[in-house]
Amino acid sequence: MITSLDELLAAHPFMAGLGHDQFAVVAGCARNVALAKGAMLCVEGASADTFFLLRRGHVSIEVHGPGRGPVVIETVGSGAVVGWSWLVPPYRWTFDARAMEPVGAIAIDGACLRDKSLDDPALGFALLSNVSRELLSRLQATRLRLLDLYGTARG
Amino acid sequence: MASAKPGVATREPSRQPLTPVLHRVVRRQRETEDVVTLWLEPLDGERLTFRAGQFNMVSALGVGEAAISVSGAPGVAGPLRHSVRDVGAVSHALCTCEVGDLIGVRGPFGTDWGIAARDGEPDPRDTVIVAGGIGLAPLRGAIDELVAARAWGSGRVFVLVGAREPAQLVFTDDLERWERDGAVVLSTVDRATPQWHGRVGLVTTLLSDAGFDPANCRALLCGPEIMMRFTARALSDLGVDPERVWVSLERNMQCGLGWCGHCQLGPLLLCRDGPVVRYGGLVAELLNQRER
Repeated sequence: MITSLDELLAAHPFMAGLGHDQFAVVAGCARNVALAKGAMLCVEGASADTFFLLRRGHVSIEVHGPGRGPVVIETVGSGAVVGWSWLVPPYRWTFDARAMEPVGAIAIDGACLRDKSLDDPALGFALLSNVSRELLSRLQATRLRLLDLYGTARG
Repeated sequence: MASAKPGVATREPSRQPLTPVLHRVVRRQRETEDVVTLWLEPLDGERLTFRAGQFNMVSALGVGEAAISVSGAPGVAGPLRHSVRDVGAVSHALCTCEVGDLIGVRGPFGTDWGIAARDGEPDPRDTVIVAGGIGLAPLRGAIDELVAARAWGSGRVFVLVGAREPAQLVFTDDLERWERDGAVVLSTVDRATPQWHGRVGLVTTLLSDAGFDPANCRALLCGPEIMMRFTARALSDLGVDPERVWVSLERNMQCGLGWCGHCQLGPLLLCRDGPVVRYGGLVAELLNQRER
């Protein structure tokens, strides 16, 4: 059975709450992609024009250090959003993102959505709300990791 | 005296609950940099019977006593097994015990995970185990029971484990064994090392794609209390009924019998009413209160 791009998009949590017309605008900027293990989704410093809605597989968010190679900061999987630098000037990726295994994703042209959001503030607010939901979840998880919870676990 | 297996004497729990029974360390294994597992045999030859999730008051002679969960599986013949994290004077003394040393054991005390097969009837629900750090120790026996119960029709078992870093993951041989025996086993670390090719992030990030049925599952959580609180909330967000979530809590256990009150949490005395308690309702409220 072939699943349409609209169906794939509708199944992704990022699209929750978008109106019919807003959904259509995002779908118009989207394409289905398959990434091989090791493929880079984002590269630090590069122009941040495309972001990814993960459908299957896992992606590592990394930073590269001299003498250390890639250092994995976190890994994200199905249902996650990879990339939000497309929303904030100067629109450049802050970290690397690499496919840890074969990854299925929906790539969305963020530059296209930025332009459309300038013409349609309601669309911009809806997108920003949905990105913020992902940001909040990841920020909370990061804060909990900073607590070093397991360092105080029961003995 | 009850006997779990012909030829193996076992002791009914706590007939003289305040008197430690001397045990000899017969085997010692370092699990991680700060976790050691001890295998103990009673000098009087009468092994304890226990249920998964219960704890003993274990004493390092001349140092003191601490509540330590049993990390062995119930009903399995063999020495009593405790896994201890070196975090204080007593646990340090226990972690530095050598084979042949004597230690005291009182117990077992408290409630268990409640997963023992009921009259041989299989339980078809999924069971989600979420453990952080050494929190896997009190769950180890329960997981053994659950994985074994799959053979006669019990539900799927999901073991989700978090640790600070890869070297802090305990019971890695058991994780592999449970996976071989059909459990879904996922682990994640807070900080990756170059050799680590697995997941990096909070243990709650494992929940969404583990594959269990939120509407027909139960969850057993053990680890740092903040971790359990956030995991319970994440489970609730996924649709798991908080009444089907159990957590293992610890306060200052001392007598083990609900007499002294040191381990009070609201109306609960955790050495008697816990350590395993249902998360929903009262316990969720208590864990969201700010204790001084």
